Amino acid sequence: MRFKDVEHLVRLAALFVAGLLVFTVARAELVPAGFGTLGHYRAGAIDDVRAKTPEYAGQQACAECHVDVVELRAKARHKGIACESCHGPLGKHAADPGQMTPRLPKPARPLCAHCHAANTGKSKRYPTVDLKEHAGDEDCLTCHTPHNPKLS
Amino acid sequence: MDTSRRDFLIIGTRMFVMTSVAAAALEHVVAGAPEKAPSYNTADHWWAMTIDIEKCVGSGHCVRACKLENNVPDEPYFFRTWVERYHVDPLDMDHPTVDSPNGGIDGFPETYPDGKTSGKTFFVPKLCNHCADSPCTQVCPVGATFRTNDGVVLIDKSYCLGCRYCVQACPYGCRYIDPRTNTADKCTLCYHRLTKGLQPACCETCPTGARQIADLKNPKDPVHEFLRTHQIQILKPQMATGAKVYYNGLDGSVR
Amino acid sequence: MPGVQGFMYPNEIELQWSILIVLYPYITGLVAGAFILASLERVFNVQAVRPTYRLALLTALAFLLVAPLPLQLHLGHPERSFEMYLTPHRTSAMAMFGFVYLWYLMVVLLVEIWLDYRKELVLAARASTGVKRLFYRALTLGSDNLSPESLRIDDKVGRIVTVIGIPSAFMLHGYVGFIFGSIKANPWWSTPMMPIVFLFSAIVSGIAMVMLLYMVLTWWRGTGIDMNCADTVAKYLFYAFLVDFALEMLDLIHRIYEADESFRALDFMVHTKLFLSQIVLQLIVGTGVPILLLGITQVARIAPRIRLRMYLTAGVLTLIGIFAMRWNVVIGGQLFSKSFLGYTTYKLAFATREGLLPAILLMLLPFGILAVLLRVLPPWEHAPATDRL
Repeated sequence: MRFKDVEHLVRLAALFVAGLLVFTVARAELVPAGFGTLGHYRAGAIDDVRAKTPEYAGQQACAECHVDVVELRAKARHKGIACESCHGPLGKHAADPGQMTPRLPKPARPLCAHCHAANTGKSKRYPTVDLKEHAGDEDCLTCHTPHNPKLS
Repeated sequence: MDTSRRDFLIIGTRMFVMTSVAAAALEHVVAGAPEKAPSYNTADHWWAMTIDIEKCVGSGHCVRACKLENNVPDEPYFFRTWVERYHVDPLDMDHPTVDSPNGGIDGFPETYPDGKTSGKTFFVPKLCNHCADSPCTQVCPVGATFRTNDGVVLIDKSYCLGCRYCVQACPYGCRYIDPRTNTADKCTLCYHRLTKGLQPACCETCPTGARQIADLKNPKDPVHEFLRTHQIQILKPQMATGAKVYYNGLDGSVR
Repeated sequence: MPGVQGFMYPNEIELQWSILIVLYPYITGLVAGAFILASLERVFNVQAVRPTYRLALLTALAFLLVAPLPLQLHLGHPERSFEMYLTPHRTSAMAMFGFVYLWYLMVVLLVEIWLDYRKELVLAARASTGVKRLFYRALTLGSDNLSPESLRIDDKVGRIVTVIGIPSAFMLHGYVGFIFGSIKANPWWSTPMMPIVFLFSAIVSGIAMVMLLYMVLTWWRGTGIDMNCADTVAKYLFYAFLVDFALEMLDLIHRIYEADESFRALDFMVHTKLFLSQIVLQLIVGTGVPILLLGITQVARIAPRIRLRMYLTAGVLTLIGIFAMRWNVVIGGQLFSKSFLGYTTYKLAFATREGLLPAILLMLLPFGILAVLLRVLPPWEHAPATDRL
């Protein structure tokens, strides 16, 4: 077996080796920084997720300024409900109160209905009503103040 | 020679002092910002969630809050979390009637169309279970989805190919492809909030406290007492996913 | 929600994998099957099928080159697909498949074709001028040696490559089956039988495709069909079909017998949403009729012209049936809810990225490529068997 007779196979092998080299170099260049340091993923991805600014401020943020409402609610039936559950995301308002004025839900009835409309499946531990029977077409705020909802 | 060395010393000291002062000032300024709050160490946490079915009233506030917090597409069938309503006829436990109108985002209609009154009805909020042995991270071909050291399964949106293999692999149907980015998307347990000491948006806005974020590594977390005093289930235990959303009061008919 | 029956988890309503993902196992299946047919001659010395040897290799190559295209069209970010080679996740069957594909294309198929055609390539290089000469020189990798010893070495190495190629072809398509079969979340897919069923249906489709191409091309060229070859290929098609049918029946019977939690939902789906594609197209038209036709040719004495017509019919029906099988697995697996309480509908558009039009074009493309390959590397002037050692 002369070299001349396997020369073409050597050329083929050389082509493969060259391809492998190109691949290895390309790989070193293209794999993103931080990949594999914490696991099989790009470590920077965690920072990307963390970087997002929260839309909801959280109850504590509201309590810093709206002390009077907090005191009122502390003795009322809705005390376990976070402010933003009804008032929507207020992160922007908490960061700069002047920049964003929260819009209160109007009419309130569809929001109140989420919890208080009688519906099979709702717990019996708190008041649920058939809204038509209870209030006709009136909005809930006609009689109730949600911060202290119980009518004495 | 002496002058230049002296000059060098003065300028050098000034620079050094000013740099330290500037650095201290910067830290002071930045410490006020929530992002740089007491540093978050992943080794101190192992996140889970508890959901109390007995408390859920199907208000849908969690679904709405999640969409607002996380900019989830408004199209009617992409949800990071959603609420299902089950109606189970006592004589036919194998065939519950289940509905989830727009994921429950506007609550649930007042009664069933045919006025079912027998049997039991309850609500089941669902979300990503942040599985400890997650099948979705197992199948991702490139490492675009992964579980962090503190137990949260996240997605690297700049690396995801959109092959949809992970969506197929999730037994709970909690993943989807965001049509705006063409990458996979799902609940992140509001990781951007957790790492700042805030609750996930769904837990924050739940009016009955049915949903509670839990840190299993924190000995003072109420989850330990909750797990001890209630009958706890996870969804699809036969899949052995190591799901970390723990339900109290999950009926056998729940799929 | 329109198109939804019962209850589905909200994120399940839209199907994830479209007709393009039906095409992909179909195409890789044709590759594997064509290669297995080629290896019948090369490794197992079934001389009768010799006339199809080179045609089978070129068919495999034409389809293998097209195989990644439906995937690229389907991806949300095709420009990131190279990430599978940069950071393959070793627990992911899909990632490992990228390397199986590359291995099969580079080390098996291209090398085998090159070794088999090297003599013709060198002769063509010597006989042509200008651009054509450069082209053929490039294809020979600059080699010019045609000594008997070098040809003998080619033959020997080629045989080794084919021997490696058989398990590689099994891997190529078995892996696709595994990609589905390993998804525990989906009871329609999750079974250890999936890679095996996929593989045998691939062998069936590949043999049928090469048989059809051989018949059509010899008719078109006006040369006589080697009846012994056609009969032998049809015989192997028949055998492969019997095994494939047995495996699929085993899967079906097992499901019905065990009747696990998913069974009723799946059974309902097969009888309603998949009735046309599974019961009519896959089982009756695509399996039952071809097996019957081929079976008749094996036991009865039929005149050659009629036999050929039967082979043609059986071949076409087989290709339709195997496509239906891929459809039923991929699309069928997404029509039911993982809650087992509902069903959705697959909305197949026409001229969208994942619509019917690109699917048709992608199925036609391999034939276009094959036409080019048949010009550049004609399989017909192959030396008769006696020249081989």
